[in-house]
Amino acid sequence: MTTVIEFDRVSKSFPRVTGQQLLRTHIVRWFGSGGRQGEFFALKNVSFRLHEGESLAVVGRNGAGKSTLLGLAAGVATPKTGRVTRRGRVGALLELGSGFHPDLTGIENLVLNAALLGLSRKQTMERLDRVIEYSGVGEFINEPLRTYSSGMMMRLAFSIAIQSDPEILIIDEILGVGDAGFQEKCRQTLDSLIRSGKSLLFVSHSAPQVRGMCKRAIWLDHGAIMVDGNASEVLEAYEGRAVLKQSS
Amino acid sequence: MWNGEYTFVLRNLIEKDFKVRYRNMSLGIFWSLLNPLIMMAVLTFVFTQIFSNSSGANYPISVLCALVPLSFFQIAWATGTNSLQDNAALIKKVPVPRQIFPIASVLSNCLHLVIQIALLLGSVLVFGRGLNIYWLWLPVIWGLEIVFVLGLSLVFSALNVYVRDIRYVVEASNTVLFWLVPVFYSFSLIPLRYREVYQFNPVAAVVLMLRNILLEGRPPLAHTLTLLVLVSFSMLGMGWIVFGRLARGFYEHL
Repeated sequence: MTTVIEFDRVSKSFPRVTGQQLLRTHIVRWFGSGGRQGEFFALKNVSFRLHEGESLAVVGRNGAGKSTLLGLAAGVATPKTGRVTRRGRVGALLELGSGFHPDLTGIENLVLNAALLGLSRKQTMERLDRVIEYSGVGEFINEPLRTYSSGMMMRLAFSIAIQSDPEILIIDEILGVGDAGFQEKCRQTLDSLIRSGKSLLFVSHSAPQVRGMCKRAIWLDHGAIMVDGNASEVLEAYEGRAVLKQSS
Repeated sequence: MWNGEYTFVLRNLIEKDFKVRYRNMSLGIFWSLLNPLIMMAVLTFVFTQIFSNSSGANYPISVLCALVPLSFFQIAWATGTNSLQDNAALIKKVPVPRQIFPIASVLSNCLHLVIQIALLLGSVLVFGRGLNIYWLWLPVIWGLEIVFVLGLSLVFSALNVYVRDIRYVVEASNTVLFWLVPVFYSFSLIPLRYREVYQFNPVAAVVLMLRNILLEGRPPLAHTLTLLVLVSFSMLGMGWIVFGRLARGFYEHL
């Protein structure tokens, strides 16, 4: 099987910012005498592989490093040590509607978003009708975005993201989009993408969703991989731990 | 990683800036004309009526020759510096090349520049010397100014991610620049020993060459032009390199 994403002993840290970044702080740090302010490791020595056609879920508590992991996989962040390699066109849905502007109309936002997601002008124009149709926002498409309900806005954002036709799909907890009807539509679209051989890496807090969509899962805790394996076993381990913690 | 179309993204970001800025304004694009005209009127009044030491009927146009490149420089540098902060949400979520943001923000100011250039050239045609062959140099000179601002914005936008005071440094420098660029005085008033230093200031060099061409009907000095080419392109090169280095840490610091 071909590997599409590989994490090779990846660590990622964030500078710990305590208090104000005064000029004094910078000078002290530049001259090195005051020592480092300390770092916070969001990911520690993480290694795994995502294979072609595989769907992999990442589970874990808030602050476990899940979003950082997806950020690295998508290429918006760079690892501190280790290496992340990708093969294939990545579609990263880390947040729906990043870059949407309230004063632009639905259609203007769609085109801008498509460009940012990496679609060419030609591809965008070809897909525009399909995306509008899929979103189901109807004649609102020519109204400024600030007149949309939050559900409608999310539908629009999801529609363009899913139609950008990626080979590797990276999704961060955004499948609770819209009403029940639209959620079902999203799920079907994702299912058919997976069946057509696309790879999926996603974060979810919904156990049924993970079971329904993935065979494999990773449980991340405090930046380290606890278990990597069969989705239902990983979920069992993760949920068992969570229950133990609550009762103790 | 990201294999979209650079020109398509750039065009869309510029269009967005433009639509967002003007959609809810009743005077819209006329502000681009109004601003320099008001400044020109005020400066002309002060320096011909109160300090009556200026020379000739060309004074308003001479002021305009400086105001147009200066105000473009100030606005483009300031918005370019803030561009990464303004797009922080996008930078953390979409793997689009980061250089796009300062570049788009500088280029979206070029529309005002074009309108203001039209105002300047129109005034020269109606009230000044009119057309001459050296006008052919004008696109080159404006182009070099844009190249310089692009380089500067790349450096400062990246620095501003790490040290947020940078934007205030830029604002203060812009205020100082109004006095250090010969806006309301002419080059001949600058003492000789400072004149060489002035030529290293790209905005002052642009003003000098514009006045040469538009007011005096002379070609730009080869020496000044060469210097501007060197300074502008090394700024762009440096900006690109510095930005590339600093971009690795944007995710953690934004």
